[in-house]
Amino acid sequence: MTTDVGLGEPQVVTIAADEDVVRVRQLVRTVAVAAKLSLVDQTKLVTAASELARNTLVYGGGGGAEVTVVDGGRRRGIRIVFSDDGPGIADLDLALTDGYTTGGGLGLGLSGARRLVDEFDIDTAAGQGTRITVTKWAR
Amino acid sequence: MGLTAEESGRIAALLDTHADKLTASWTDTIAVSLRGRLTRAELLKQVQDLHRATLDALRSGDFDLAAAGSGALRAALVDLSRSRARQGFSASETAITVFGLKKALFDVVDTRGADPQVLADLIAAGLMIDDLGLFTFETYAKTREELIADQAEQLLELATPVVKLWEGVVAIPLVGTLDSARAQVVMERLLETLVETSSPYAIIDITGVPAVDTQVAQHILKTVVAARLMGAECIISGIRPQIAQTIVALGIEFGDIATKATLADALRHALRMIEASRKGRSN
Amino acid sequence: MERVPVLKIGDILLVSIQVDMQDQTALALQEDLADRIVATGCHGVIIDITALDIVDSFVGRMLSSIAAISRVLDAETVVVGMRPAVAITLVELGLSLDGIRTALNVERGMELLAQSRADEPDLGLDLGLDLADLDSFGPTATP
Repeated sequence: MTTDVGLGEPQVVTIAADEDVVRVRQLVRTVAVAAKLSLVDQTKLVTAASELARNTLVYGGGGGAEVTVVDGGRRRGIRIVFSDDGPGIADLDLALTDGYTTGGGLGLGLSGARRLVDEFDIDTAAGQGTRITVTKWAR
Repeated sequence: MGLTAEESGRIAALLDTHADKLTASWTDTIAVSLRGRLTRAELLKQVQDLHRATLDALRSGDFDLAAAGSGALRAALVDLSRSRARQGFSASETAITVFGLKKALFDVVDTRGADPQVLADLIAAGLMIDDLGLFTFETYAKTREELIADQAEQLLELATPVVKLWEGVVAIPLVGTLDSARAQVVMERLLETLVETSSPYAIIDITGVPAVDTQVAQHILKTVVAARLMGAECIISGIRPQIAQTIVALGIEFGDIATKATLADALRHALRMIEASRKGRSN
Repeated sequence: MERVPVLKIGDILLVSIQVDMQDQTALALQEDLADRIVATGCHGVIIDITALDIVDSFVGRMLSSIAAISRVLDAETVVVGMRPAVAITLVELGLSLDGIRTALNVERGMELLAQSRADEPDLGLDLGLDLADLDSFGPTATP
């Protein structure tokens, strides 16, 4: 069985329940292996995806993850977009602070995930939902 | 560039007639440029080999360095330029080994009032020698590139040796500048070795690290924390006085991480810890 | 939902996590372990995470909670077998797993538990000594 990791063909996972977080992790792992990320980089990306997928479920009330292999010239990378139509994040700086949480977690989800990837972009406003784009490049 | 069969024959005769004088003058030219780094006997042997290979190639018919008849000559030139490159001779020192023949020819053959035919042959021979020189130079450059690539690879391997010092103790002696990429490789290798050898103690020896900046210190600290998460303890040894000063000046907290002056002290510390835990169990 | 089995070996409970856990599975394991510690009276818990290819903040929090709950129930927890890539990622994530003891593998984990049991004072013996000390040094013994 071969997994198709063609450039620019996003693979989509709906995040609506607990087990979908596991499905996101597994998909990201498969794509990361195929894109030849090092073991440590795979682990970092899958961990970041797990945090963000859980956020999408818990804070965003569900949404989706879109995994794409992107071409960055000499190297390949993986881009994941997490989106939800939830309440959005009112104070972004606060949400990105280590240890800040509204959900009873450790408050490392957003800030920790940002440290695990190469590019991190967040688009959100109160009442507008949240859209987080992360990219990790193969070295 | 090729020669006609007639030209080849006449140049071969020229080289053959004056063989002894040619090789002697040729050797002298090289010896002056190498300033005694190879003995005259060694050089003479090399020159005689080249002389013979050139003669053979010329006698095989219309000379062309790329042709089958010049195989032995090409091999001789490759050997010569490779050994020169490996021994660290410069490009011009290598080139003169071949171009020395041209000067020798001009010295040996009396050009004053010479037959126009002889002069024409000399020019043809000169062009042929240029060909040999170019070929030598290319091989020399290629060998140097191979050498550099090999050394870069060897350096990376050298960069991260993780050694088992004792049952339960591994050590990584860091040598040279640690950049972010290398620090990551070092960190991974150390942690993997802890698992493979089931060693609860790791010594990170930084005697060979010339300077520690914030980034390097951060990498070492992260390695120590990661090792603890896995159930192993790191000891840092070989901190030189000026590095200790930098660490304090940068405000880097080494906290409760064990630091020792030398690798030997660190090993003694690790063995004492192992002994203590063994006693604890047998009580 | 899958459940993670809890095995009793001697006076140690061994949990070997072999599946990619849903959050619910992790919470269930936390409850199961507390029940088993009380039911068996075990004083040591080993959680083997050799098979886990990631530990995110949720699983990290579960490990910390298990360690804290067992401590309240007089049992000590050792987390064993964390992979190098997982450890490096946790450091970057900023998760320090404070209060959790760790060991390289199950064998080392059992040694660690045996050692800390040995370090604990034996109650009977200590009482005997205390009584003798009281006899010679206590205020009532002073003439």
